[in-house]
This record gives sequence, C-alpha cells and structure tokens, in this order.
Amino acid sequence: MSSIALKLLKPLGLPEKLSLAQLVKALVVPLSGILIFLFIWNIAARNIHTSLGEFPGPTQVYEQSLNLLSEHNRERQKEVAFHQRQEVRNAAKLEKNPDAVVKTRPYTGKPTFIDQIGTSLITVLAGFFAASLIAIPAGIVIGLNKTLYSAFNPVIQLFKPVSPLAWLPLVTMVVSAVYVSDDPMFAKSFITSLITVSLCCLWPTLLNTAVGVSTISADLNNVSKVLRLSWLTHVIKIVIPSAIPMIFTGLRLSLGIAWMVLIAAEMLAQNPGLGKFVWDEFQNGSSNSLGRIMVAVLVIGLIGFMLDRIMLMLQKKVSWDKSVELR
Amino acid sequence: MTTTKHLELTGVDIDFPTPNGPFKALSNVNLKIDRGEFVSLIGHSGCGKSTVLNIVAGLYQATKGGVLLDGKEVNEPGPERAVVFQNHSLLPWLTAYENVELAVKQVFKKTKTKAEMKEWIEYNLQLVHMDHAMHKRPDEISGGMKQRVGIARALAMEPTVMLMDEPFGALDALTRAHLQDSLMEIQADLNNTVIMITHDVDEAVLLSDRIVMMTNGPAATVGEILEVKLPRPRHRLELADDPQYNHYRAAVLSFLYEKQRTPGEAPTKPTKQHTSTDSTTTDSPEATTPTTKTSSTDEQAA
Repeated sequence: MSSIALKLLKPLGLPEKLSLAQLVKALVVPLSGILIFLFIWNIAARNIHTSLGEFPGPTQVYEQSLNLLSEHNRERQKEVAFHQRQEVRNAAKLEKNPDAVVKTRPYTGKPTFIDQIGTSLITVLAGFFAASLIAIPAGIVIGLNKTLYSAFNPVIQLFKPVSPLAWLPLVTMVVSAVYVSDDPMFAKSFITSLITVSLCCLWPTLLNTAVGVSTISADLNNVSKVLRLSWLTHVIKIVIPSAIPMIFTGLRLSLGIAWMVLIAAEMLAQNPGLGKFVWDEFQNGSSNSLGRIMVAVLVIGLIGFMLDRIMLMLQKKVSWDKSVELR
Repeated sequence: MTTTKHLELTGVDIDFPTPNGPFKALSNVNLKIDRGEFVSLIGHSGCGKSTVLNIVAGLYQATKGGVLLDGKEVNEPGPERAVVFQNHSLLPWLTAYENVELAVKQVFKKTKTKAEMKEWIEYNLQLVHMDHAMHKRPDEISGGMKQRVGIARALAMEPTVMLMDEPFGALDALTRAHLQDSLMEIQADLNNTVIMITHDVDEAVLLSDRIVMMTNGPAATVGEILEVKLPRPRHRLELADDPQYNHYRAAVLSFLYEKQRTPGEAPTKPTKQHTSTDSTTTDSPEATTPTTKTSSTDEQAA
C-alpha cells in the first residue's frame, strides 16, 4: 500500500523514502484539503440553481466522467466493428476477383472526450514548440545585444498582455487567406489555434531567455574572451548553458499560458479539442451539460498540472545549479 | 632602451567614462618584467591593481601608453596571457576535466591529437593535484579545489604570462598556504612568468621575485618596487623567523600603512602588526636592507 502511495507521490517531487510522519504530512494533509474542498463544493452546488438544473456537485461530475469514458469505449468498439466489416468486405471482393481495387476508408465517427483531450494536447504542444523555436533564439540574440534589447523591449511589453481572444479574429482571417490548399495537411482550426497559442505564450520564454543571457557573469565572459572563443562557440558553450535555468523558467511559464490560452482559442476556432467540447456542451444545454463541462474543467486543471510537473522534471534534469531548490 | 624586455608596460594611463566625465584610474604606469619572473602587485583596495592586470590581459584598453609582450603590442585578450580569476570562474555545468578541456581544445585544436589533448589535460590536473577529482563538477568540490582547477586551466593554455587576480583571496588561511606551496612547486618546474595581484603581504613576500607596490587611486601608479632576494625553494616555516623575510615584510607594510594610508585611517597610528615586525627586524642586526626603489621613473632609468 505504502509503496503504491510512494509511486504516486514521486511525480509530486517528494523524496523517495518517507517516514510515517512525513507520509502523514505528504499524504494526509493534502488529502484533507481536497476533502474539505469537496464538502464545500457539494454544499454550494446544491444551492445554485440554473436554467439547466442544479449546479453539478461531486457526485454528478463523477457520474458524467464515467459516462464520458463509456461513450469513448462505445465509440471505439464501433470503430473496431467498422474496420472489421470493411476488411471482411474487401477480403470477399478480392476472393471473387484478385485484381479488384479495394478501398480502405477511415472511420469518421465523432471525436470522443478522450480524442478531444488528445487533440488539445497535440495542439498545445505544437503551439508551444513553435513559440519556443522562435522565442529561444530571438531571446539569445536580444539578450546578447543591449541595443537590440532596448529596441525590442517596448514591443515585447506591448504584446505580452494581449489576450488570445483579441488575436484570434486576426489569426483566423490571415490563416484563411494564406493557408490555401486543396488537400490541407492540417485543419484550418488547428493552425489557427496553434498560431494563437504561439502568439500568447511566446513572451515569457523570450523575456526570460533574454534576461538569462544578459546576466551571464562577467567572469565567464572574460574566460570566453581570454580563450578567444568564436561567437558560435561562445553561445553554445557559455551563453546557453548559463542561461538554461532562466530559459526553463520561461518555458514553464509559457507552457502554462499556452494551455490556458488553448481552451479559449479552441472554443472560438472550433478546433476539436477540450475548448470545443466545453463550447458544444454549453450550446447543447442538456441537463447533463454542466456536469460534463465540470469534468472538462477538472481534466483541464489536471493536465495543466501534469504539464507543469513534466517541465519541472526536465528543468531539474538540465539545471546545473543544484543549490537552487526548484519547485 | 636597448634590450626589449619580455613584458613591458610603458606610460599606461586609463580613463573610465563616468556620468561626471572621465575617471582616471591609472596614470603613467611603467613596469618591465623578465621571462620567468614572479611579480606581485600589491596595494589598497581600489588602487587599480586589477585594472593593470586586465590591461595586460587585454580585457581593458589603455587610454595612453601600452603593453608589449615579446615586442608585440597587446590589444586583445588571448590564451598566451591566461588569467586565473579570483573566484575561479569555472563553468559550473562542466566537470573539472571538461573545464580544462574547453581551454585545451581551443588552444591546441590544430596542433594536438585527441589522445595528446587528453594526456595534456590530465597532466595539468595532476600538476595541481586534482587528478583524483577530475570528473567532479565545481559544485561538488571545495573552494580550494576549484581554484586549483582554475590554475590548471590557465597552465594548460601554455601561457607566456600567467595573470592571477587575487587567486587565493577567497580561501581560508590553511587552504591558501597549501595552494601557495603548490604554486611555488609548479613555478619551479615550469618557470612561467607570473603577475599576481594580492592583498596579502606574506603571500607577496613568499612567492615573488619582485613586489610592485601601487599608490592609492585615483590616478594610481607604481609607487615602489621591492626586489625579494630570498633563495628558492622557500619554506614558509623557516622564513617565519628569517630576519630578511621579516625585513621585506616590514618594507611592504610600511609602504601600505605609512606612505599609502587608506583615507580615514589615523595617520600617526601604525598597525599592530607593523610594530611587531619592526621589533623583530631591529633585533636581528645581520638583516640586509631590502632594495627599495622609490618610483617608477627610477625603475625605468635603471
């Protein structure tokens, strides 16, 4: 029992060996916090009446999460059945005439909640990577050059607080105009969400990289000068490693923002992810809708938390400064 | 001036721009150093010792005058003038070996094979007695060990001149003594030219062939130059009672605390340390007077 508990606790950044007192502290205290929250939520939910019925409490949310799972499983079974039928049909066709052209059609059922989680994750990671690919090199260049930094700092500060909802109409129009192809590799909604996410989560990485790069100790710069390192070697051997902790701080902030922005972007861009799920449930307006949205809320929170933990793990792995306690 | 010396600083001035106009940190610094000589720069904080070193390193440019190394003008940093920095300046994400490797790869990438480089890195780490902890990172070793690696990195560049900026300043007294002994050994082996900045009078007398004493800033310059003619190898224990050693010590102390008092210190009150060394020197009649030259212009004429 306790070994399972330990395995569960490991990703929370707790030490591997725990005494009983530590276990109580690490497990019982947070659990009681959750219980208190559930209790308050339960009471509050019963007293909120909406046009779609009572606000969902923990029980309804639990039921709806089971529902969503079983819907997913049913959809998967349908898909398997579809592929089986197709194979049987094709096999029969080939038996009659070995030269017959057989078509394999993809299954086109509606995406389930789980599929939508997958889409959201792919979109957010794509947007985050695109942003990082721009922000890290740009941050390094800006951080190394004081003039560039003072030139671009106002622009960065100007765009940093802009909401995704403001960007989205512009991005949508630009994508519609520029991304024209008969056989698009990606859906427009995906591209629109990706770009919106990138635009919003670019800034923390950019700024933190620039600051990290510009605060390299003068001594290390002098070492580089005495060794006559070329610009590229200087950047690779001295600048990047020394800015890595700051870069990762930026990346973590960026990923957090990316995930938050994504839900809004998906709602409006109709990218089939969690944002669209929430929007569709809201439009649907059945008595289960609020419960299902609440499931999405919790899942969004959980995934956001997990993404942050993964980044923290990476950060700990690449951080050379072991004296700093990362949390 | 018929023979050009190994390293020559001639009429070096440096001005630093400040919001209130230029600040003259150094004025007319003249210094000549022979090959294989160990020279210490000593002076009060803020007197521009580090500035002199940085000019020789090429990290600062003299406003007037300049530096010649073997007849060539110094105007940019380079590995032939390796620097040992005060706070070791190792790259914290690299192991001791990798720190030295970065330097070796840069300096010998064309002349040494991979195997030769490896051997050379290990040899230099051995020289500073760090071969047992080569693959540890700076945060896993003590301050003294870090400084050893810093010295190994500088030595591995095979510098013509090694510049040391208060290399042992941040270390405790015992570790410092160890490292001073190591440095003397290495110096006896390799016979490098060394310029070392120090605050520590004992360190200066123990290690140096010549001690360059600098006047207080602004517009600091070379005040006196003391030649230390103690036979090598030198042992700190034997020297502790050596009248000649104490005489040199007293000479430096008197320069620092009588002639170049730090502002704010009472002029008539010599430090306790000073009086005690004075008494030891007067107790020993066979003490030879240290050769003290009074100004940098005298040195130039000599």
